[in-house]
This record gives sequence, structure tokens and C-alpha cells, in this order.
Amino acid sequence: MPAPPAVAAGEWALLFAAPLLPLVVFAVIGAMSASRRSPHRVAYAYVTPAMLGMAVLILVPFGLGLALAFTRHEHGAFTFVGLQNFVRILKSEGFALTHPLSFYFTLGVTILWTGLNVALHAAIGLGLALILREPTLRLKGVYRVLLIVPWAVPNYITALIWKGMFNKQYGLINHLLGLVGVEPVGWFSQFWTAFAANVTTNTWLGFPFMMVVALGALQSIPRDLYEAADVDGATRWQQFRHITLPLLRPALLPAIILGSVWTFNMFNIIYLVSGGQPNGATDILIVEAYRWAFEQDRYGYAAAYSVLIFLVLLAYSGLTSRLSRSAEGAYG
Amino acid sequence: MSAPHAGDPKPPVRWGTHFFLATFAVATLFPVLWVVKMAFRPEQTFATGLNPLPTQLSLQNFRDLFAAPHFWQQMMNSVVVAAVTTAAGVFLACTAAYAFSRFRFPGRRAGLMAFLVTQMFPGTMMMIPLYHVLDQLGLLDHLAGLVLVYSTTAIPFCVFQLKGYFDTIPRDLEESALMDGASQFTIFWRIILPLSRPAIAVTALFSFMTAWNEYILAATFMSDEAAYTLPVQLQQYVGDYTTEWGHFAAGALLVSAPVMALFFLLQRHLVGGLTAGGVKG
Repeated sequence: MPAPPAVAAGEWALLFAAPLLPLVVFAVIGAMSASRRSPHRVAYAYVTPAMLGMAVLILVPFGLGLALAFTRHEHGAFTFVGLQNFVRILKSEGFALTHPLSFYFTLGVTILWTGLNVALHAAIGLGLALILREPTLRLKGVYRVLLIVPWAVPNYITALIWKGMFNKQYGLINHLLGLVGVEPVGWFSQFWTAFAANVTTNTWLGFPFMMVVALGALQSIPRDLYEAADVDGATRWQQFRHITLPLLRPALLPAIILGSVWTFNMFNIIYLVSGGQPNGATDILIVEAYRWAFEQDRYGYAAAYSVLIFLVLLAYSGLTSRLSRSAEGAYG
Repeated sequence: MSAPHAGDPKPPVRWGTHFFLATFAVATLFPVLWVVKMAFRPEQTFATGLNPLPTQLSLQNFRDLFAAPHFWQQMMNSVVVAAVTTAAGVFLACTAAYAFSRFRFPGRRAGLMAFLVTQMFPGTMMMIPLYHVLDQLGLLDHLAGLVLVYSTTAIPFCVFQLKGYFDTIPRDLEESALMDGASQFTIFWRIILPLSRPAIAVTALFSFMTAWNEYILAATFMSDEAAYTLPVQLQQYVGDYTTEWGHFAAGALLVSAPVMALFFLLQRHLVGGLTAGGVKG
């Protein structure tokens, strides 16, 4: 195969000019702010470069994506079809509600996937953090380093290794089960086992983040609170319930919200571990949208799918921000 | 089980804790050890058995990788994309986070909200237009396209991260510097940035990881093997019908090594840095 040079000269110029463009704008605005006195000029000078980059590279494609959602794609041409895509998706046209390709089925799978993962991440992460913060525990530095390893492994590698681990013929999991006399399981041929394989993989790679967040938050809880509670005769459970948990909340809540948004759109794990098997049933919304676009060439339909994903997340974060604000109010 | 006590808990309790932690750590490391084992085994099958420790020390897989047609080119692609993304992401995030932390200006709340909302944009929604935009610009199969996309995905998280840390730096320092006649920029450059080194390091690590580990955009935008980044090439080894586990494992090790090294170097800062962002973010 003829291999053209991957990076042409003009390309290199562009590669380095792209980050430089905001810099230039930054300098111009900086100079302007020095010449004219305005209370907010300095602030804008600092914010503009990042905002500009975001506007060009996120808002423009976002706007285009939004526009695409109202079109149909055929042989490279887009025609405006109004709300047709949305109607088709929301009416689950062509698929029964319980069919793996129906929007509602996939939404259900996605919510289950997100909830289960985040709960496991938070529970395991917090549990380990509570054990590891014991001041007299030896070797805790070693444990901590070992336990953050999954976070450092690129997640597509994690996904592919676990896919191998769950392989029916040679996978380690079936080998282990064989030791206790269980017949080899075809993990990806049934919904629940395939789903379990995905969740296992994602739990493995996600708990260290929560552990680190919880460890940091625990450090900021003053020790004397526990001493006072000891003096008052509070049990360990009471101390956990009434001191640790309320004081952890402000730090854990944002991490949990962010974590659930990330998990909701966790493409790599689903796409690479189960690959949607069996019959696309374990696909989550984002993978489904990807398939409509890049496997079926139905860009408009896929864009509408993506818009719906975004709306679901927006509603979720609206809900949780109210929740976290009320938590802040309660615990100051 | 959580509250710290002055006296040592009884020995049985402690042994239980160590047993639990050690078991958990071994279980956690198992898949990683598996990769190491397969990387140093001259075969392409998935290793079977229960022993996670390497039984052979062959460098054949690594030799094969290095001899593959585009390996070094792909390595360079990954390095360049990750380096430029990190530099651009961290610089832009630092200035923006400083403004969000220190100034009250019209649009501040809206700006912060906008950054948060971008975290919710589904990748596919961006992918389709980006694919067409890059296609129009002739940037498919070009690294510049990837750098542009990665920097902007990295920035919002970096901004939150750094803003949280800047918020914890006492203002007295800046006020006295202002008294001494220092300019706003001097304060940012000479006081804030040096004090924030740990947080900047952590932020840089996340930016680097965003680009270094990204797989699906690269796989979608790059069709020419010479333009692949390493993740795309590695995924090729694990096909649906044939899987070259040995080559994949060796490559996985090479790709993970730098990230692991950075993680261990920065892990002390990780705890403090993340929490500052979490509490105030």
C-alpha cells in the first residue's frame, strides 16, 4: 500500500497555529485592556481564549449537530425533514417497545447501566478510602498506589483485556468457574451475562477515581470531631452516619454527578467489551447513535438520537444541581 | 470502622484488614499482570491457567511491533497529538480558571455553566458534524483535526479542576503584591501559577490522558494507517476473527507505561488536587 507522509508541511503549520490563534486574540485583548480602563476588561482577557476555542470547536459542531437532527441523509445530500426523526425515535417506529433497537429499551439499559456503575464506584471507592485513612495502618501508601492502577490503564486496553477474560473458550473467568465445576458460560450470548461483563469491566476501571476523591475529602474532616464524639460515647456507626457522611457529601456529590454523566456516555466499554451482543441489546444510547450514523449512514436520525441523549442529561443535571444546592444549604 | 482512635486496634482486626486489602489489590492487579505475562510470551493466543506471573521472558512481540510498517510513525503521531493537546489545554484552562476564580464579571456564571454543559454533549453528536467539517477542511487523516478536537474536550474539566485549586489560594498574597505595585499579570504569572504547580501537573496529566488514550474519534477520522494513533493500531490486533494477543499486550504495555509513570509521580498531588476541585467546583 502506498503510504503518503502522514503529516505534510502545511499540516504542521496548522497543527501549531491552531493553539496559537487564541493566543493572538489573548494578546490583542490584553493590549486593549491595558489602554482603556474598564473594570472587567482584565477578566475578559483571561477568559476569552478558552471561550473562543470552545465556541469554535464545541458550539459550532453542536449547532451543526442540532441542525442535522432535522434532516435526512441520502447519498451525501441532506434534506430538511422537520421533526420527523424525533417523531420516529420517540414513537419507536419500526420496533416494538421491548425490541433492543427501540429508544425506550436502550434508554432503560442506559439508566440501569449508569445507576449500577455509579453505585458500585461510590460504594467501593468510599469503603476503600475509609479503610485506607486509618492513621495507624501500615503499608497504606503501597495499597493506595496499587489500587489506583486501573485508573492509569487506558480504558480501551482495559476493555479489550476484559473482553478476553470473558471469552467463552479461553477466558480466565470460565476457567475459574470450571474449577468449581461450572460449565463454560457464553457471556455474550445472553443479555444479563453480557451486561454483567460490561458492568464488571467498568467498575474495575472506575472505582479508583471515587476512592481518590473520597480520600481527599476525608483528609479535610477535622480529627477533633471524632474525638469529641468518642468522649460523648458515640458508636463508630453513629460517627460515620452523623460526621463522616454529611461532611463528605459536598465533595462526593459533584464527583458522583460528573461520574454519572461520564458513565452515561461511556462509549468504549460497551462498544469494545460486549459490542452490543446479543443483537444490540446491551448497547447504551451513545453506542446506538454511533451505529445509526457510522454503520447505517443515517446521520440525521443519529443526530436526533444524540440530541435526545443531551436532553436527558440536561434534565438529570438540572435535577441534581437542585439536589446539591439543597445539600449545600443543609450543610453549609 | 472509620473513626481514628488513639490506641491501636486489636491485632486480629488489623490482620483482617491487611488480608482484605491484599486480596483486593491482587484481584485488581490481575488483569494488568495478565497483560505483562502475555507481552513477554512469544505466542499470540490468550494466556490460560491461573498463574498471573510471567513464565517466559521473550522480546519477540516487541520486536514484531517495532518492525511493523508504521509503528514509529504512529508512535510519533500519538506523542505529537498528546503533547500539543496538553500544552494548549493547560494554557487555556489556566487563564480561564484564574478569571473565574478571581474576578466577578458579567457572564461569569453563564460561562461556568456553559463549561459544565459541554460535558453532557454526547460524543456522537459532535462526531457527525466534526466528521463533515474536517472532511470539508481536508483534515480527515490529519493530526491537526485530532488536536483541535481533543483540546476542546479537555478544557472544561481542566478549568473546573484549576478553578477549585485557585479558590483555595489565600488572597492576602495578591493584595500585598498589588500594594507593592505588581500588575495583574505579574500576580498571575509569578504568584498564582507557581503556587499551583501540583494542580497544574494533575490537570496536565488529565489533558495528556484525554489525547493519549482516545480511541473512537481517532478510529473514525483516520483511515490511513500512517495517520493512526497508537490506540487505533492496537485495536486492530484484537479483531473479531483473529486476535494477536501477544502483539496487543506488548503494545498495551508500551502505551500504558508513560501514563502509569506519570500517575505514580503525581499520585500524592492527585488526592489534594482533585478534592479542591470537587469541593468548590
